[in-house]
Amino acid sequence: MEEIFAKFVSQKISKTRWRPVPPGSLQPAETFATGSWDNEENSVSLWCIGDFGNLSTDGGFEGDHQLLCDIKHHGDVMDLQFLDQERIVAASSTGCVTIFLHHPNNQTLSVSQEWVGAHYHIGPGSPSYRSAPCTGIVCNSPEIVTVGEDGRINLFRVDYKEAVRTIDNADSSTLHAVTFLRTPEILTVNSIGQLKIWDFRQQGSEPSQILSLTGDRVPLHCVDRHPNQQHVVATGGQDGMLSIWDVRQGSMPVSLLKAHEAEMWEVHFHPSNPDHLFTCSEDGSLWHWDASTDVPEKSSLFHQGGRNSTLLAHPLSNQLNVNQSVISSWLSTDPAKDRIEITSLLPNRTLSVNSLDVLGSCLLCGTDAEAIYVTRQLFS
Amino acid sequence: MEELDGEPTLTLIPGINSKKRQMCFDWGPGEMLVCETLFKKKEKEEKVLGCPFIYIVRKDIDVYSRILRKLFNESHSIFVGLQRIEEESAGKSRKAQLVRVSKNYRSVIRACMEEMHQVAIAAQDPVCGRQYSSQVSILSAMELIWNLCEILFIEVAPAGPLLLHLLDWVRLHVCEMDGLSADVLGSENPNKHENFWNLPGNTQTLTELELKWQHWHEECERHLQDGTFASNPHLESLCKVMLGDDNALLEQKELLSNWYHFLVTRLLYSHPTVKPIELHFYAQSSLDLFLGGDSGPEPLDNILMAAFEFDIHQVIKECSIALSNWWFVAHLTDLLDHCKLLHSHNLYFGSNMREFLLLEYASGLFAHHSLWQLGVDYFDHCPELGRVYLELHIERIPLNTEQKALKVLRICERRQMTEQVRSICKILAMKAVCNNRLGSALSWSIRAKDAAFATLVSDRFLKDYCERGSFSDLDLIDNLGPAMMLSDRLTFLGKYREFHRLYGEKRFLDAASLLLSLMTSQIAPRSFWMTLLTDALPLLEQKQVIFSAEQTYELMQCLEDLTTGRPEPRDLEGQRPQDDDIETTKVEMLRLALARNLARAIVKEGTLEGS
Repeated sequence: MEEIFAKFVSQKISKTRWRPVPPGSLQPAETFATGSWDNEENSVSLWCIGDFGNLSTDGGFEGDHQLLCDIKHHGDVMDLQFLDQERIVAASSTGCVTIFLHHPNNQTLSVSQEWVGAHYHIGPGSPSYRSAPCTGIVCNSPEIVTVGEDGRINLFRVDYKEAVRTIDNADSSTLHAVTFLRTPEILTVNSIGQLKIWDFRQQGSEPSQILSLTGDRVPLHCVDRHPNQQHVVATGGQDGMLSIWDVRQGSMPVSLLKAHEAEMWEVHFHPSNPDHLFTCSEDGSLWHWDASTDVPEKSSLFHQGGRNSTLLAHPLSNQLNVNQSVISSWLSTDPAKDRIEITSLLPNRTLSVNSLDVLGSCLLCGTDAEAIYVTRQLFS
Repeated sequence: MEELDGEPTLTLIPGINSKKRQMCFDWGPGEMLVCETLFKKKEKEEKVLGCPFIYIVRKDIDVYSRILRKLFNESHSIFVGLQRIEEESAGKSRKAQLVRVSKNYRSVIRACMEEMHQVAIAAQDPVCGRQYSSQVSILSAMELIWNLCEILFIEVAPAGPLLLHLLDWVRLHVCEMDGLSADVLGSENPNKHENFWNLPGNTQTLTELELKWQHWHEECERHLQDGTFASNPHLESLCKVMLGDDNALLEQKELLSNWYHFLVTRLLYSHPTVKPIELHFYAQSSLDLFLGGDSGPEPLDNILMAAFEFDIHQVIKECSIALSNWWFVAHLTDLLDHCKLLHSHNLYFGSNMREFLLLEYASGLFAHHSLWQLGVDYFDHCPELGRVYLELHIERIPLNTEQKALKVLRICERRQMTEQVRSICKILAMKAVCNNRLGSALSWSIRAKDAAFATLVSDRFLKDYCERGSFSDLDLIDNLGPAMMLSDRLTFLGKYREFHRLYGEKRFLDAASLLLSLMTSQIAPRSFWMTLLTDALPLLEQKQVIFSAEQTYELMQCLEDLTTGRPEPRDLEGQRPQDDDIETTKVEMLRLALARNLARAIVKEGTLEGS
């Protein structure tokens, strides 16, 4: 990984997302969206990367991403997802879910649809109405699933005014994140360390499966599904621990890896190269986990230069599933054989890295130090 | 420097009729609260509803805050990096590091300045544009002062290189230089000059240089006296300038933008090997000559003069007065403190100057809705009072989402501020209970290791069970794990739920012994015993004998404890007689069931097992 460019943007970044490239396109990702938080006026912004190679005269890290357009957003941006090329869905701390539409001809963003009061503690009918922050969204156009601090799961469909399906009180604690497993199934993580699988084909408000950590019920903050193997899921917890789960087998994680020193905010499998995993944390670091077992590739990581510090993972608990015919490299971590290379990608320690996104060889992250870091040469 | 000496600005508060009413106000950390009031109410004055609002008045910072935020953020990371510089690196390498830090700070100021300049040019509204421009000049002045401090205090340039640094300093800051002034005032000669000084890696001693210069100076003097340039008055005045003739220089005053430009030029031509301690003589005279009694010195001039006099404290004091926020003095003082330049004279309230300024700056950051996170690191590096300040400030940050609360908690936990962790978790847990999010409430009390709150949450669960006859949030209670040990009530809740599960799975023997142990081990709250005993009824009524004789005796004991302990006089409160009836019926049924079970148990245990 050659160079990572930083740019200070005068707003604390809570979420960063690459715009998806059209399928079959060979171009690297160019446009990304960010959401801010903790400002009196927050905004959702769209940025574009120009040509690199224009370092500033003192050779400092001068990012070349320029602001295309932005739009005011009520409340903190708690989560952000691209629904498709032009539409961005944002989850707000006011309990609102908004779809923003990007108009490329005049470079503006506008509100396309809004579900106000998607999440609330006490309903709008009551005089003591209290909204609840919406904490996570996941999209599979035209469906949008949202979860919030009220323990509610909503299934929205674009252009439908009301939620298609709502599971009230799905959880007695806060739901932090949600992801799709197979299309009618979603998986949520909550603040008592449980993964719950919900099947929208079934009626009722009970999860079809519950998995949890043994030991302390550490809250789980993020979740991501393996792009190819839909039963493999990675979660990140409040203690910075990375857990890999196989939802078909058992109710406990396959491996626990001690990672960050503080809350892990996001975990992402690389969408086209799933042997690579990325995590970012409150402790101000962004880690690249490489579980590829291809030995020649691994030795090249040792020659990356002084900035990277390679550490070895310490799997705390391990279950070898010998009956599996297709063993994902994540599921069969054996400390003796398959080592996971971990590399820290940010040059200096900074305030919390709140969000990251990876697409192709482009990596993006946003921090509480009001900076956005971009690199487009992740694997060189 | 750019502070208005004129009339204070007038801000009209909308909605308040200042002719008829008065206003009262109170200062906050960075802003003012204002509302309408009436101090002297006359009898005939009608009590008309005035303005019902409270206003927050703050200094108009919107104009530059977006760009200045980058200054705050970037300088924060430089600050933190500076604190981490190792102590052992002494001597040259340490000095080089400190100079690098100083240059970093300055480049951040310059970057801000450039950006603001661009915005000022592009501004549509002329008032806005003027505000931006004035901010640009404030930043420019800050960089000017910092640069001078870097040369004199951090770089500690000795005689010789000192002048070169000062030359660079002036060149960097004097923008209005047309070609002629550049020629006259030094750039023609620096070619000769640079060869002269042979930089860098100058191996000549100061005396050698001084001799060479003296030689050159004498040659110039000779040319002048010989009248070599008599034909051309321009060349003649040029020669006089090169000889350092003050009057000749002053004739070119329009080309010299300010007195320090004049100073450096003078030094260049008359005393190039000036020593640092001699600087202030020349500075004072330059100032006087340049101003020539036209006007008094500006605040900026005073600051620069104090720097030339090597009076660091005066520099800082003057800057504090002239500038509107603490950013500049806090960072500069901290850097100078690292250079071990500040005498540790304590201010009367105990902390030294560096700490005082950092505390003020960080407190200002905490008043900002977003920049408070930066303030934390500043407090960390104030050894005397930083922790106390942080403890007080961190509790007052408004927490509107769980994610923000988690960040604040992480800050507190890292610094072992257990009191603050407890208090924040308690607030969040209470909010959760009010919103009926019992799982969240429990998770907060687990984080704070707050047994009392865990008890409260468990009581709530139990209350819900009693009212509804079933448990809510089974996903939580079933999966408490080791957290169950946090409080007795929580353990009871978990075990009680386990009892229900065992019963549901028809593992009656296990369920029975669990139920009994709940009562005998005193985990169950007294108020719940009746419910537990009632739960025992179906087990007692089963066909097979579940409770052994021993266990039945214990159950009877519990029942007796319960009934004898209960106070009788209830009619005072006017309790409904039906409640009493229900109670007595229950007790009677229990007694009957227990007695029957006892009988069966004794018989069963007395019977020899069939072979």
